[in-house]
Amino acid sequence: MSFLTALINGISLGSVYAIIALGYTMVYGIAKMLNFAHGDVIMVGGYLCFCTVQYLGLPTLAGVILAVVGCTALGIVVEGLAYKPLRQAPSLAVLITAIGVSYFLQNSALLIWGADPKAFPSAVSFPSVKLFDGQLIINSITIVTVLAAVLVMVALTLFTSRTKMGKAMRACSEDKGAAQLMGINVDRTISMVFAIGSGLAAIAGVLLCSAYPTLTPTTGSMPGIKAFTAAVFGGIGSIPGAALGGVLLGIIEIMAKTYISTQLSDAIVFGVLIIVLLIKPAGLLGKLVPEKV
Amino acid sequence: MEKFKSLPAATRSTIITYAMVVIAFLIMQGLLSVGAVSNSTQGLLVPICAYICMAISLNLVVGISGELSLGHAGFMSVGAFTGVVVSTALAGSGTSGPVRLLVAIFAAGVSAAIAGLLIGIPVMRLRGDYLAIVTLAFGEIIKNLLNNLYVGLDVRGLHFSMSDAASLGMAEGGKVVINGPQGAVGIDMISSFTAGFLLILFTLFVVLNLVNSRSGRAIMAVRDNRIAAESVGINTTKYRLMAFVVSAALAGMAGALYAMNYSAIVPKKFDFNTSILVLVFVVLGGMGNIRGGIISATLLTVLPEKLRFIGDFRMLIYAIVLIAVMLVSNNRALMERLHGLAGRFRKKGRAPSPAVASKDGGDLS
Repeated sequence: MSFLTALINGISLGSVYAIIALGYTMVYGIAKMLNFAHGDVIMVGGYLCFCTVQYLGLPTLAGVILAVVGCTALGIVVEGLAYKPLRQAPSLAVLITAIGVSYFLQNSALLIWGADPKAFPSAVSFPSVKLFDGQLIINSITIVTVLAAVLVMVALTLFTSRTKMGKAMRACSEDKGAAQLMGINVDRTISMVFAIGSGLAAIAGVLLCSAYPTLTPTTGSMPGIKAFTAAVFGGIGSIPGAALGGVLLGIIEIMAKTYISTQLSDAIVFGVLIIVLLIKPAGLLGKLVPEKV
Repeated sequence: MEKFKSLPAATRSTIITYAMVVIAFLIMQGLLSVGAVSNSTQGLLVPICAYICMAISLNLVVGISGELSLGHAGFMSVGAFTGVVVSTALAGSGTSGPVRLLVAIFAAGVSAAIAGLLIGIPVMRLRGDYLAIVTLAFGEIIKNLLNNLYVGLDVRGLHFSMSDAASLGMAEGGKVVINGPQGAVGIDMISSFTAGFLLILFTLFVVLNLVNSRSGRAIMAVRDNRIAAESVGINTTKYRLMAFVVSAALAGMAGALYAMNYSAIVPKKFDFNTSILVLVFVVLGGMGNIRGGIISATLLTVLPEKLRFIGDFRMLIYAIVLIAVMLVSNNRALMERLHGLAGRFRKKGRAPSPAVASKDGGDLS
């Protein structure tokens, strides 16, 4: 039973990673940038939800919606102010700017909400599910997390494959120049991707804080790095890859914690990533693009 | 002066770099001797030296070799803890402080070089952002392992353990040198500003000589066009690995210098944020521009300290400065106007300053 419990916990944590990794991978796929501020958008989402529930006394669902709306707006503003002027700049300049944005968000949160951890109210209130005469207990938040991840995945897949905007996104990530010639507004498409990614980060933030209910200005950093790892693990730029990478990473992390060592779990997670990349240098589902000379 | 002007550009640039460091050191020493430096600034001197060494060594990987490394703090960490262990082990042998520091820094360099080699061999199979993420992963692994490392010292020698301090099995009167997450405590603070200055000179010597050598040209050729370099017979993996290992060794030395400036140091100090901090020095200084890296490392270490009076706002200001500098220095129209203004005050016929971070980095100094 302990194996099943660990597996379920792993899938739940992995689902959160997957949602965050989706944001990373979409932004990377289209803008070819490592958005290190993504993890901090998670934190902002968590705080927004926390404030709505705690101070305004609204139901959790309102908090989630507000967090998504707020983070989407934040994503658009950040993209417009900090990343848009750097479209032609070398990628390292954009990377450093993203790090600047990350510091900015963390320290703004520190000023607004303070350094002491906030106890996050549980986002779901229905009881946990008991199976096999109570030997296997599945927390309600675990179920909600997995359902949310599946929902997000389906919605995103439909969006990218069926809608016009989604097609434009795929076209831009394939070849920006050709997309522009076909009349696609590349600039607006990139902004759109940032908006979607930030909205997803908000959902991930609420789920993450519900599962691990302490909220500090640096809450988003480590999950951000892990999710980034997950995106690379699955093949960065690939949406199914991000989902697969996220879930696998979550399972590996919880399994390592349960069966090997709690302290060394991070080392094991990153170790597995390195081994996978050495065997498949473009990640699990990534395509290796041959260089043309 | 005429003689100086007739030297090759690379030699001239090298001399300017050395001169800048020596003059800065002499001015600082002068200020120290008349007591014009506040205590808080004095405390910054060794960290500044260590960060300058870090910036120079990371420049070798990011600027000269063109690989994005996000785990440089890991090597600093390896060096720091090796240095502390060696210096503590030598403490009873009656050697003087500077000698112990020298041996400790040397040992730190060797251990970091070994770590660099072990990590470099798999890492060099990858390219671009994948390489970056793997260096990040290795940095995190090093931090995680050191967080669980226990080292003890007693009459029988050194003891190592990965579980806890009690399992070190030490004899009576043994001392725990590294205590897992609590890190190293009771470090003999033998680092000094002069030692830092000498380490900067050494780092500069190694990097500048490497850059201006046959190997250095090979490294830059691989950076500029890997396929072309390979086709003229350059062993790309060998030269990329060379830059990576040398850089790791120098980072380890800087780590030892840094650690022995404090009485206690924790593995958490050398995390992802420290790697990023050093990367920011390199990028703001201009990739491949070693002089720029030295200046930005100094300014960006001093700036947060000088902003301490505004309390919690200081890191916010730091972040805004960082974003603003990146936006301004990459705004071509604005930079051209600035150069136009600067050109009016300057003698004609000189090239514009290398402040614009161009795609392949500025000039090499």
